[in-house]
Amino acid sequence: MEYEPVIGLEIHVQLSTKSKMFCGCAADYQSAEPNTHVCPVCMALPGTLPVVNRQAVEDAMMIGLALNCQVASATKFDRKNYPYPDLMKGYQISQFDSPICITGWLDLQDENGEPVRVRINRVHMEEDVARLIHIAGPDGGPGHTLMDVNRAGTPLMEVVSEPDIRSAAQAEQYIETVQSIIRYLGVGTANMEEGSFRCDANVSVRPRGESKLGSKVEVKNMNRVKAVTRAIDYEVARQIKVIRDGGRIVQETRGWDDGQGATVPQRSKEEAHDYRYFPEPDIPPLKITSDMVQQVRSKLPELPAAKKARFQYQYGLSEYDSALLTSSRAMSDYFEAVGAAASGTSLDDRRAFAKETSNWLTGEMSRLLNEAQQDISSVRVKPAQMASLVETFRRRDLNNATAKAVFQEMYRTGQDPEVIIDAKGLTKVADTNSLGLVVEQVVSANKVAVADYVAGKETALRFLMGQVMKASRGQADPEITMRLLRERLEVLKASR
Amino acid sequence: MPGSTPQAGLFSSEQVRAVARLTRLHLTDEEVERMRGQLSAILKHFESLSKVDTSNIEPTGHTTEAHSVMREDRATPSLPRDLVLANAPDKEGEFVRVRPVLE
Repeated sequence: MEYEPVIGLEIHVQLSTKSKMFCGCAADYQSAEPNTHVCPVCMALPGTLPVVNRQAVEDAMMIGLALNCQVASATKFDRKNYPYPDLMKGYQISQFDSPICITGWLDLQDENGEPVRVRINRVHMEEDVARLIHIAGPDGGPGHTLMDVNRAGTPLMEVVSEPDIRSAAQAEQYIETVQSIIRYLGVGTANMEEGSFRCDANVSVRPRGESKLGSKVEVKNMNRVKAVTRAIDYEVARQIKVIRDGGRIVQETRGWDDGQGATVPQRSKEEAHDYRYFPEPDIPPLKITSDMVQQVRSKLPELPAAKKARFQYQYGLSEYDSALLTSSRAMSDYFEAVGAAASGTSLDDRRAFAKETSNWLTGEMSRLLNEAQQDISSVRVKPAQMASLVETFRRRDLNNATAKAVFQEMYRTGQDPEVIIDAKGLTKVADTNSLGLVVEQVVSANKVAVADYVAGKETALRFLMGQVMKASRGQADPEITMRLLRERLEVLKASR
Repeated sequence: MPGSTPQAGLFSSEQVRAVARLTRLHLTDEEVERMRGQLSAILKHFESLSKVDTSNIEPTGHTTEAHSVMREDRATPSLPRDLVLANAPDKEGEFVRVRPVLE
């Protein structure tokens, strides 16, 4: 029997608000000294009251709208009780039965390019917990635990999908799409390695064609996208094997062990799952008017999917190039800024320019950015300088290798391409008179190769071509050189 | 309410143990029995509330009319660290120190 995976993802997104979810402490805990962004509310001292951060509520609404959700007209907070020292209060303020956003969707493509709609169950608001550092005892056994409360109370959004994902590849696409949306909205950094974006997977399998869901296993502890896809692949294969061997899947929580490349059972939390939710008495419910929703909606930027479609339509770019360019808002903005600085006016001209710009940005630019672990928003090359390089290149005033060298220099120094070209004497020798002279010299200095060519040995042409390039120190235009060489050699051949 | 449904107004000892586990209380058998009696009495008292007809009343977690109380997203100064750590039962350097947590 064939089995199909059924996967739902729970994503936690940290918001980049200035202050925490329920108090005024600065929320940027990453760079802070331990326990310096802490106040009586964070420490749950008696008599303190949490007050909701308006920006976090608006950000949550914005995420919901971007995921095609409905924003609730009324929403409230609840206490989620569980005994673990990362909670100062003994409970986490979260949302249980009236989340801020419900029932949305995200459109993806399956492996055959067919559309797949992943429904979103909900988006809710909660607070992050303290950071625990586990110190092993001298014998390697349990030692003690240190606590940094800075992160406790920072705003965390949970996005829960329906079990509509059918493969690890789709899960990866879903995660990357949500990350891209969060970054486009500017509400978070959505970085898995830094923990500002976390993902748990609910995985089950069922016979293909069956509509009932199998028992699900919750997989946790994956801190890279690659870990999520590996964990899902492993877990799906494990479950199918258990069933084929006559076993049964028990509902449980398993942790991904990256070193082992396997999911391993986590301590049974049978009763720990009883969170005894109840309405948070310290926070009055929120009413969300349609005016508020309208206001947030008006701030929504063009989202990646829409921008990708527009790039294909407006610039005639391929779907692949459009996807690459729009995967980050900064890259797509840069691309359009280069286009705005270009001089072409006709549609064909603008499209050809766009295609060339796209090649540069997804090629050399991306390569150098990756190498330097840099983001395009901090690149030294200004869009107008990029436009000027692309135009020079399109006029064939520079050959490939030289243009790349010029770009690398621009990337390093932020200088104008013209300055670099002049300083290094890099203009391409495209002038047929001077190039013809070089060709003539090479032909008379390499009699054997010329004789070989005349005798019908085509490969001799490549050798002669190399000699011309060498003589011109790489600045000869390959196309023109080739034409001139061939013309000269054909004359010799005919006169034999 | 964890565990099986008790008889009206009655806590089973299994349920008392479940609640004790969740609250990290270690109870002797004798204490379980004592709590069972006390909790059952409390439960019975609350059950009298279920006689009230609430079919036309919206559920509420609040008794005041207050709603939508929010603050602007402004960072304000936190406490100095020595004050943060002043009430911690144990500390080590810049951190609060607690017993080992096994996960």
